[in-house]
Amino acid sequence: MKSPVNQATLPHTIARVGHLALDFFNEAGTAAILMFRILAGGKNLWKDRKLFFEQALRQGVRSLPLVMLVGIFTGAVTAWQYNYQLKGYVPLQYLGVSTLKAVVIELGPVLTALIIAGRVSASIAAELGTMRVTEQIDALESMGISPIRFLAVPRFFANLFMMPVLVTLADFIAMMGASFVATVLLGMTAAMFWNQIPTFFEVRDVVAGIIKALVFGAITALMGCHIGFATRGGAEGVGMATIRAFVWSCLLILVMDYVLAMMLF
Amino acid sequence: MIEIKNLYKSFGAKSVLSGTTLTIAKGESLAIIGQSGCGKSVLLKHIIGLLKPNAGEVIVEGENIWRLSLERLYEIRQKFGILFQGAALFDSMNVSENISLGLREHTLMSDTEIAARVKDCLAMVGLSGSEDLKPSELSGGMKKRVGLARAIAMKPSYVLYDEPTTGLDPITADTINELIIRLNERLHVTTVVVTHDMVSTYKVADRIVMLHDGKIIYSGTPSEIRETDNPVVRQFIEGRAEGPIKTASTRAT
Repeated sequence: MKSPVNQATLPHTIARVGHLALDFFNEAGTAAILMFRILAGGKNLWKDRKLFFEQALRQGVRSLPLVMLVGIFTGAVTAWQYNYQLKGYVPLQYLGVSTLKAVVIELGPVLTALIIAGRVSASIAAELGTMRVTEQIDALESMGISPIRFLAVPRFFANLFMMPVLVTLADFIAMMGASFVATVLLGMTAAMFWNQIPTFFEVRDVVAGIIKALVFGAITALMGCHIGFATRGGAEGVGMATIRAFVWSCLLILVMDYVLAMMLF
Repeated sequence: MIEIKNLYKSFGAKSVLSGTTLTIAKGESLAIIGQSGCGKSVLLKHIIGLLKPNAGEVIVEGENIWRLSLERLYEIRQKFGILFQGAALFDSMNVSENISLGLREHTLMSDTEIAARVKDCLAMVGLSGSEDLKPSELSGGMKKRVGLARAIAMKPSYVLYDEPTTGLDPITADTINELIIRLNERLHVTTVVVTHDMVSTYKVADRIVMLHDGKIIYSGTPSEIRETDNPVVRQFIEGRAEGPIKTASTRAT
């Protein structure tokens, strides 16, 4: 005989799962519609170039110091750990090319995107969320100005443009960090570290990294805008929006990283 | 003219407007009064399409705003100026940029012309010389006045005020009342004021309507409302806790 407690909670659990699924698809649909409206608004980008450049400066240029710091340590730790992992299996002369592939294909785009998720996506959500709860977005609408065109489009395209730039710089700095570790701490010569790279270098790897950067740039900006516009509930709501934007950006970056890896390699 | 026909609006299970019907004539100064949380601001936002009703129509100068394209809706909105409850100034812009935003977006005015218009608007609200201040540097009363300057910058046909005197001291509140009257006279606009401040209502309104339980239950001039024997309206305008309008505390006792 089934426990009466189980009989009562099972329909409730099913209903709860159903509600969660409906909420998820509702939110995914809203985000997709926003994405299309942002892409359609791209035709106004030249007219709003001042807004675009402001956002590119704020999101991209001001993220440089952090991205470079992450890049240096990413390259350094990759070189150090590859030395440990490859020892006895793969000659040390391949350390440079192994590090390059890891950085360009995966670590550069993903770690840079995760940093940008925290710095940019969360701040977009906080800014737009604050504007939502203080009726500034209503004020824009009431003035006949589309909030998507005025707020979302510059932020989206600025992030889309700057992410590959930041990733490329991060990759370069990471290789400098790896080279430093290899030559100063692991006893390799610079020639040993760099010489195998031209042999095994593939443009495809760099292109894949750039494609990932573009997708991740779109994700971080879209999540910031979507969650920011949907904010309700005052200061608490803005706080929650900031966290949600970061968490959802990170989740989607990791999921899309897997999807893109399956498609590109 | 603005016609609101049989408007219904709910937020989840909470019904706010239940068949609200109201006509606002061109050039009149209308005050919408009602208890806090009764849906006055919700009604105001329906007029310019910031909220979509569950049922009913909002018709502005013969056009049903929810049947318009987004582009046409934005054009209609340029006929409106709205002063939000907290002024809703854009934090990232200074006073001049706030006021001139609509002019830059929708007109071909030169920078010099825009600067002159901003100066005029600030002079009208008594804030000359404050162009370079940021919203964070303004007092509550100053924010409302800058919000008002922004609302009139595009020379609208309608000006909507959402609780313009809430949170202000009596003197500053009366300054805002005087501004509303002066702007009404100078710009010949249709004015809609949502408020629960009866002092402000009697001063600025040609006609007063009361929203209660989601419907308009009274419409009359300031002198008519003072003589009304409608118990709900009387309780509200006399500011009594006891009466047919139940608050959370009077329901409990």
